[in-house]
Amino acid sequence: MTNYRIQGATGEWEVVIGLEVHAQVTSNAKLFSGAATAFGAEPNSQVSLVDAAMPGMLPVPNRECIRQAVRTGMAIDAQINKWSRFDRKNYFYADLPQGYQISQLYHPLVGEGRLDIILDDKDPENTKTIGIERIHVEQDAGKLMHDQHPTMSYVDLNRSGVALMEIVSRPDMRSPAEAGAYLRKLRAILRYVGSCDGNMEEGSMRADVNVSVRKPGEPFGTRTETKNVNSVRFVMAVVEGEARRQVDLIEDGGKVVQETRLYDPDRNETRSMRSKEDAHDYRYFPDPDLLPLVLEDDFLADCRASLPELPDAKRHRYETALGLSAYNAGVLTAEVETARWFEALLEESAARQGKPEGEVAKQAANWLMSELFGALNRLGKSLETSPVSPAQAAELLALVGDGTISGTIAKQVFEKMLETGDGAGAIVEREGLKQTSDTGAIDAAIAKILADNADKVEQYRGGKEALFGFFVGQTMKAMAGKANPQLVNELLKKALG
Amino acid sequence: MTDLTELTVAAIRTGVASGDFTAREVAEGFNANVAGAQNALNAFIVTTPDKALAAADAVDADRAAGKVLGKLAGVPIGMKDLFATHGVQTTAASHILEGFKPQYESTVSQKLWDAGAGMLGKLNLDQFAMGSSNETSYFGNVISPWRRNDGGNAALAPGGSSGGSSAAIAARLCPAATGTDTGGSIRQPAAFTGISGIKPTYGRCSRWGIVAFASSLDQAGPMARDVRDCAIMLEAMAGFDPKDATSLDLPVPAWEAGLSADLAGKTVGIPREYRMDGIDADVARSWEDGIAWLKDAGAQVVDISLPHTKYALPCYYIIAPAEASSNLARYDGVRYGLRDLPDGAGLQDMYAATRAAGFGAEVKRRILIGTYVLSAGFYDAYYTQAQKVRTLISHDFKNAFTECDVILAPTAPTAAFALGEKSGDPLEMYLNDVFSVPASLAGLPAMSVPAGLNREGLPLGLQIIGRPFDEQGVLNAGLAIEQRAGFVAKPDIWWK
Repeated sequence: MTNYRIQGATGEWEVVIGLEVHAQVTSNAKLFSGAATAFGAEPNSQVSLVDAAMPGMLPVPNRECIRQAVRTGMAIDAQINKWSRFDRKNYFYADLPQGYQISQLYHPLVGEGRLDIILDDKDPENTKTIGIERIHVEQDAGKLMHDQHPTMSYVDLNRSGVALMEIVSRPDMRSPAEAGAYLRKLRAILRYVGSCDGNMEEGSMRADVNVSVRKPGEPFGTRTETKNVNSVRFVMAVVEGEARRQVDLIEDGGKVVQETRLYDPDRNETRSMRSKEDAHDYRYFPDPDLLPLVLEDDFLADCRASLPELPDAKRHRYETALGLSAYNAGVLTAEVETARWFEALLEESAARQGKPEGEVAKQAANWLMSELFGALNRLGKSLETSPVSPAQAAELLALVGDGTISGTIAKQVFEKMLETGDGAGAIVEREGLKQTSDTGAIDAAIAKILADNADKVEQYRGGKEALFGFFVGQTMKAMAGKANPQLVNELLKKALG
Repeated sequence: MTDLTELTVAAIRTGVASGDFTAREVAEGFNANVAGAQNALNAFIVTTPDKALAAADAVDADRAAGKVLGKLAGVPIGMKDLFATHGVQTTAASHILEGFKPQYESTVSQKLWDAGAGMLGKLNLDQFAMGSSNETSYFGNVISPWRRNDGGNAALAPGGSSGGSSAAIAARLCPAATGTDTGGSIRQPAAFTGISGIKPTYGRCSRWGIVAFASSLDQAGPMARDVRDCAIMLEAMAGFDPKDATSLDLPVPAWEAGLSADLAGKTVGIPREYRMDGIDADVARSWEDGIAWLKDAGAQVVDISLPHTKYALPCYYIIAPAEASSNLARYDGVRYGLRDLPDGAGLQDMYAATRAAGFGAEVKRRILIGTYVLSAGFYDAYYTQAQKVRTLISHDFKNAFTECDVILAPTAPTAAFALGEKSGDPLEMYLNDVFSVPASLAGLPAMSVPAGLNREGLPLGLQIIGRPFDEQGVLNAGLAIEQRAGFVAKPDIWWK
């Protein structure tokens, strides 16, 4: 779908990208302990005896974390392994109290899956499938704090033991844009499912970016892995920069070495962290404190039944059942919050206007995407912090729908709603903005306008029909925008003969 | 008046309940014995006489108030220093945990306190339960109360790793104690000191709060003077614990009430692979005695085969160190226990210094072995292969139990050896586990009961191995042997 090429001295190069995304599982407790997981708590205030690896403490799997990972797997259409197992990844570091991370190397919980990305919002039917190799669950580590003491580092174990899903893609992406689209789509799915809040700023989601380059058609080159990249923009920057670096290196006669790299957002470059030679020997082996994880059919059925409608299915339904354009359907389903807001608005609108959802969908979609998004953008707010609720918006749309106010007046009313927080009906009443269908008043206004513009009437009657709009505008202006536009059209046509 | 410290758990329980004596009198008696033997036997790492008295007073008060008393009301016991005890130093006999006082109580010890038992102290053991003679303890080895009848005064090993437990019971410092068994650490010391001890089915007793050695093998169990006391103790210790993912979610049977030495209709298997060349003559004789006693109790005796027995020891000495190398990674000087931070040292230096100073030679040896067998390039040849062998060993037992109900074998290849006799050669030491390790690898209940004395006047033990969950069958066969062996020998009290 894309033809992203890096121009080198020796010709064009193709970039090959795979992402390992670490997503923090949304759950009240850690993967193997009952300690809380809230972000931003006082250091070491959310640490159980298990998380601190006190002698004799044992891990017990948290059912909710497993459930969330299984639901995520189902959402990417993956094979769910009814038998999986936890392994220990052994290494020493001060933020790792047990001296090992409990992870799943040999038998992950979720196997092969996939998701479809859209590169061009204007053309949502044109998708590319990105393979997902596996999802496994594992413990997060704690955090070192180097700025608390002149010679010592402090350790905060609040994150120690928090459940992560590691979602490993196939090396199926070929451009920064594809990598970005994949990450956004994955994030959207996680948020739809509710298995991860996708908050990259708080570290709930971060990506290890595997990049290699090759001449198109040739076998894969040697890859580097850039660790812990924490925004979509940075991931795209890493791909772009790393691909360029590798091409330059190879063309200068060098060789790409398989290594772990770190991204420095301030300088927008990656630098080597450690090479394969000093890679750890993690001595993975099955965790003997834990039995294999065996999933029952009932559990799987519950997981499946609890899945919401996912973005692709929703987009399809918006197009077919609600008659929205592909573009609108794409925008409204891209984020779960947007879809939720839209569906609440749709339900309220249909109820208020006494019509099926399909008949109010376009009105609601257009209003949400132009009026509401515009206003939120201006105010620096999001849907979650929107000053206007779906119910309030539905009241406004119903007033337009039943002809009480015109679309133009609706814009004014909406502004007042944002300013005052009052309901649309109350504002229309108070400000006297009700649309008039009083034919006498409209006829009077028309008569005056035709009299004042006799020359234009002459021209119109002489065939310059484009002037009709001018008369409509003048009439509406004379009526302070409150005249029923349809009636104005009718009466004008009659008056102009 | 009877010496209360000569009484069994059952007798103490009954005597306290019926008011023949108070729990306080019992605790005072054992406290005195503990204090009197501490210098000579070194069975305890810390003594807690006040805890024993406080528990006893609570029982006496409950009795006076007419309350229902627990299964172990008034029984003071020793606690192997591998069990975390709230506010009481818990060391695993290591320097790295010296001074560590947990803010939590292990599930098993809590169950014992809830049943009315009191704590006399924390018992010495091989460091991190790694050893068969108690010589690896950082706090000095335990001396067995037993001596050879050759007139010499050679200090003997009490067995290991639960050597403090075995020595203390044999010397009447406590009527019962907790042990843990990873490859024989309850059974072998019980055999060496003429007492009984049972390792239940893996998962019967919660491992929560027990300092881990090898998680897939570690199992707590009781050690006591006789089979009935083991049954009483085990009932109090066992039970499902949601805090241990490997805990068995099964009700605890009434093992004491189910005791019966009538083995009519039962079949006892004798594994031919355990008849090794050069087997100690006294051990062979006591095994024959055991066969005769079980026949006398009504059992059929059949020969069985456990063909993979010879691989059990190497398999065990791969799996146990592998798990240990990982389990002991948490002792790093960062959060608790010993920290050795040389001047100007970084994190890696602190790890190296702390662990070099904090672990003894045997612990280091096993960490090195474990690290080696798990490392890239060797994992499949060692660890994976050992896991396969472990499965084969389990199958051996499964097949054998289609032909018999319990298996009878010696507990250890010899009686107690002298301290220093084997400590120079780790392999020879490891060979002492040859009869006990297979049941551990298969997770089976197994117990050792005294069967008599060898020509040196030292106790020999017989081992009964049962089907998974069939502690009752094991205890009953043990009882049948106990009743016929008539083992009444006890060590002379040479330390007073």
